[in-house]
Amino acid sequence: MSETLHLLVVDDEMGMRLSVERALRHFSVHLPDLQDDIAFRVSQAESGEAALALIDADPPDLILLDYKLPGMSGLDVLTALQERKLDLLVVMITAYASLETAVQATKIGAFDFLAKPFTPEELRATVQKITRHCMLQREASKLAEERRQIRFEFLSVLAHELKSPLAAVQGNLFILRDHLAGETIQDYDHLVNRSIIRLEGMKKLIFDLLDLTRIESGQKKRTLADLDLCAAARLSIETHRALAEEKHVSISFEGPTSLRMKADAGELEMILNNLISNAVKYNKDGGTVTVALLELGPSVSIAVRDTGIGMTQAEVSRLFGEFTRIKNKRTMNILGSGLGLSILKRVSHLYGGQVHVQSEPDQGSTFTVTLQKEPSSAPSDGAPSLTVR
Amino acid sequence: MTTKKKILIVEDDLDQLDHLAVILKADGYEVISAQGQAEGEEAMLATIPDLAILDLMMENMDSGFVLCHQIKQLYPETPVILLTAVRSETGIDFSAKSKAASSWTKADVLLDKPIRPEQLRVEVRRLMA
Repeated sequence: MSETLHLLVVDDEMGMRLSVERALRHFSVHLPDLQDDIAFRVSQAESGEAALALIDADPPDLILLDYKLPGMSGLDVLTALQERKLDLLVVMITAYASLETAVQATKIGAFDFLAKPFTPEELRATVQKITRHCMLQREASKLAEERRQIRFEFLSVLAHELKSPLAAVQGNLFILRDHLAGETIQDYDHLVNRSIIRLEGMKKLIFDLLDLTRIESGQKKRTLADLDLCAAARLSIETHRALAEEKHVSISFEGPTSLRMKADAGELEMILNNLISNAVKYNKDGGTVTVALLELGPSVSIAVRDTGIGMTQAEVSRLFGEFTRIKNKRTMNILGSGLGLSILKRVSHLYGGQVHVQSEPDQGSTFTVTLQKEPSSAPSDGAPSLTVR
Repeated sequence: MTTKKKILIVEDDLDQLDHLAVILKADGYEVISAQGQAEGEEAMLATIPDLAILDLMMENMDSGFVLCHQIKQLYPETPVILLTAVRSETGIDFSAKSKAASSWTKADVLLDKPIRPEQLRVEVRRLMA
């Protein structure tokens, strides 16, 4: 990519203005980290008044501003620029660079100084420095804007997901109030049960959201200790036994008797519970769940296989988005916040881990999580930011 | 005998889909239910609805707008009600500010969820009069 920045030189000496123009005519700044090459278009003004008129007509990106000008001084121009709130950087050119003037000029917005007289090389070095700063600053504000946009979208979807169960329950109450579904109280059993399910779902969403926010913001306390993954898996299986029996689902365990790793007990529980409860919830009546642990050199893998409703390729590809719940008639009675897999992914990320899914509609799914046995205690970077403030 | 008026409801929340259906059936309309944008697209090709009620945010954040546009292309005479749950929280203003915007979304009414049965009846009756 290549771009041209507009540089304005304000000096009452024509020789100075021309030498700046000459020095920058075939000059360009290479910014490897932004993959950008910046060239310059130089315009000139011989006084502060002329400069401001030009700035209003054609705002520059960079200004080289002489301190001592006839009429308005360099400082007057800086003050006038402050009111305009433009996205530009100013370098003061001055023959008498006292500390006092430097401090004064910096206070009202000058970014750097260039002492007169200067060589073309000195000029180019300064221009290179401010160009780099200018472009990095713009890149940063672009990223901040993107983050704001992502957060806004997240909040819109969140609002939607929180209001849907409310709307559903309220709708059920309207039907009850107006006796629209029949004359006997049994005619309303379904509506009451659905209301309970929706409120449970809403509660789960709020709890999951709090979990996710804590993980994201690094507020959650982590205590890494030497733990037995097999024992944790067996415990999680026991926790889900009752839910599984309701659906006549059997859970079995495959793996070594013990598998040591460094982990936070709560996080490990979160991972295992997420995987196993999904495998039970999305299973068929009479199905099976297999929890298989495997040691793979420096990592461990946790594979949870179910014989459940499975997913199509299209559904799998949407699976890891926030609030993605595969909605169809088979999943409507299953509680879920749409955040479980986001949590799973983020917690796994803390262990340098990954989540893979393999699925076949009507046959079942296998979720495999790989974790480092010796994770670094600092959360790794790179997870998309989702913090809600 | 007069044939029943057909109302197409597209809503990805099955409970809310059921409510709308219960209320409208009780008022004597024939209801065609579609769960989500994809089903909605199929349903509108299979029958000509006398009225369509569309949820805004389904598979995509703008599913309702897209469906509305499609319905108006196919059946310019069919009135459309758009339902949204996200207007107040997010401050998103869906109301068309200009003629151009309203000709693009083309919904006849935009209602906030949850919708009260009385309100639904009034709007449906008004649009099909």
